[in-house]
Amino acid sequence: MKRLVATVSIVLLFHPLVALAETPEERGLAIAVEADQRDNGWVDSTAELTMILRNRHGQESTRTIRSKSLEVENDGDKRLSIFDNPRDVKGTAMLTFSHKLPPDDQWLYLPALKRVKRISSRNKSGSFMGSEFSFEDLGSQEVEQYTYKYLRDEEVDGRPCFVIERYPVDKYSGYKRQVVWIDQERYQPLKVEYYDRKNAHLKTLTSRGYHQYLGRYWRPDEMEMVNHQNHKSTLLKWKNYRFHIGLTKRDFDRNSLKRAR
Amino acid sequence: MQRRKGGFAIRCLSALCAVAPLRLYVVFLLCATTAHAWELTGYVATEGRLFWETAAFARQGNEQLSLVFQPELFHEWDDGRQQVVFTPFLRLDSLDNERTHGDIRELSWLVAGESWELRVGVRKVYWGVTESQHLVDILNQTDLIENIDTEDKLGQPMVNVALIRDWGTIDLYYLPYFRERTFPGRRGRLRGPLVVDTDHPLYAAANREYHPDFAIRYSHTIGPFDIGVAHFTGTGREPTLVPVVSGGGDTTLRPRYDTIDQTSIDLQAVVGDWLWKVEAIRRAGQGRAFVAATTGFEYTFVAIGETDIDLGLVGEWLFDDRGEGAPTLFEDDLFAGVRLTLNDPQSTDLLAGVISDLSGDGHLASVEASRRIGDRYRLSVEARLFLSPQADDPIAYPLRRDSLLQLELARYF
Repeated sequence: MKRLVATVSIVLLFHPLVALAETPEERGLAIAVEADQRDNGWVDSTAELTMILRNRHGQESTRTIRSKSLEVENDGDKRLSIFDNPRDVKGTAMLTFSHKLPPDDQWLYLPALKRVKRISSRNKSGSFMGSEFSFEDLGSQEVEQYTYKYLRDEEVDGRPCFVIERYPVDKYSGYKRQVVWIDQERYQPLKVEYYDRKNAHLKTLTSRGYHQYLGRYWRPDEMEMVNHQNHKSTLLKWKNYRFHIGLTKRDFDRNSLKRAR
Repeated sequence: MQRRKGGFAIRCLSALCAVAPLRLYVVFLLCATTAHAWELTGYVATEGRLFWETAAFARQGNEQLSLVFQPELFHEWDDGRQQVVFTPFLRLDSLDNERTHGDIRELSWLVAGESWELRVGVRKVYWGVTESQHLVDILNQTDLIENIDTEDKLGQPMVNVALIRDWGTIDLYYLPYFRERTFPGRRGRLRGPLVVDTDHPLYAAANREYHPDFAIRYSHTIGPFDIGVAHFTGTGREPTLVPVVSGGGDTTLRPRYDTIDQTSIDLQAVVGDWLWKVEAIRRAGQGRAFVAATTGFEYTFVAIGETDIDLGLVGEWLFDDRGEGAPTLFEDDLFAGVRLTLNDPQSTDLLAGVISDLSGDGHLASVEASRRIGDRYRLSVEARLFLSPQADDPIAYPLRRDSLLQLELARYF
């Protein structure tokens, strides 16, 4: 075995093309790092979100959420989500401190009781607000959360993409792997396929209507998650993206959670 | 008696009216400074209660129907750094005149600076971490007649300054006016053999409800820990009920509010899928000084059996060192509960639990479930069962026939 490895290494070393090429793993990681770096420096942002849940019979229900985010250097982002609809959950707010490696810190504010509840957030595979998005899908995406492998180049809706596969590092992840189509020009995901722990195709996310903000940051207008196992889907519609508002960490503490409206 | 109850209702009404000019002033002030719209939200609800066992005491009813109205008027300006909120509350009850009552849950103004927050007005503040009882939560009086779970609170007038530092938050509270606890009237259920005479409270403090109370609280998050340490000095929210024979020979209970000092700690830690919780208090000034605590855990199984359902298990131990003589339901009890969150579009949830007396054989079981209907309605079901309380338990035994089923349909706007 040792001899075989040595022979292969020598052959590779003397083969000019192969010797220079990176492995699929290195290439996958390089694409993820490039995507991360291009999206650095947005500092803070706010957006409004409409979430449309569809069951297998096509019946819909809608939630509206406002979201504030703060970029944290050398760590995951901070995010505050405030629910406006349905009316019975109005004023409910969720504060999340993502970290490069889990678990995140998470608190929920219940306005009827004026109570802030800590949430155990190790297992993020649960549904967010009854949608087909899990907490994991909506959390801040950090390079360190996965290992990568470049698969191939392929077009999505006429746009050339890198197709990479990524494997969650977190053993409490709901997924075995994800296949991501990354736009070669903008370095943004156009499509993600999620494979569950048994490696069965669970969900597909399609992101549409990318717009560039501040001449640099690309954000989609719509994200649609289709669950292939329960035949339900969720459409997220984003609007009123704003950046560089001047939010500080004070806008993301437990005091601000209590006065979030 | 009838006149006294009328007096109570009038007092509620006049309290609401007294606030109206202030509200108008606030409206005027805000209209003058900003063009932003006011936000009106809230709910109306109808609630039915059924007690299926014959009442233990004369004149108590078996069915109860009520209407609830709680609007909320909110406005913020100055980039959200200033807010005002007004939340009146009104319940009309078919059975119990005492349960027909109004309150100002909130009427307050907030200013938030970079390292401080100031809140002035009537507010509700929650302290604590445990589920089965809320020992540490002391600032607001319990609106007991709403629900015996003690989670409904009366609005508390206060001035609150929060100092926000990297090493934690210090909250200072000045509470200039005391609110009396609400109790069921003669026809109401969930009471003892004697009716509590809420019109004639006794106070340890000479200036009665105007005795100024103070509180200080330190709270902070350190990694997986949320910690709170607090001290309260002033009129205790939990009354001692004193039997008094009136001129007519009737015996009633008069609530006596002692002046107390209460120190508390609440601590919560996240360890994997576990939440560990402790609440402990030491209270002096109400009989001999005593210590009480609640401690336990919450464990959540996420997405069980390839569904979206989360299943949580809650276990808590409730302790009071005054023992069986403690004027509380829980002196050495165990709470075991199950929380189901369906994560469906209707946000269906259910919490079922049993509190068992470890040194007796009484049990208090409860189930609470709720589900959204359409976009604007929510249906809530609640059942409470009082099982085999011992005859020598002064608080649980009178409630032995008060098991109930409660249904509420609320419309949110």
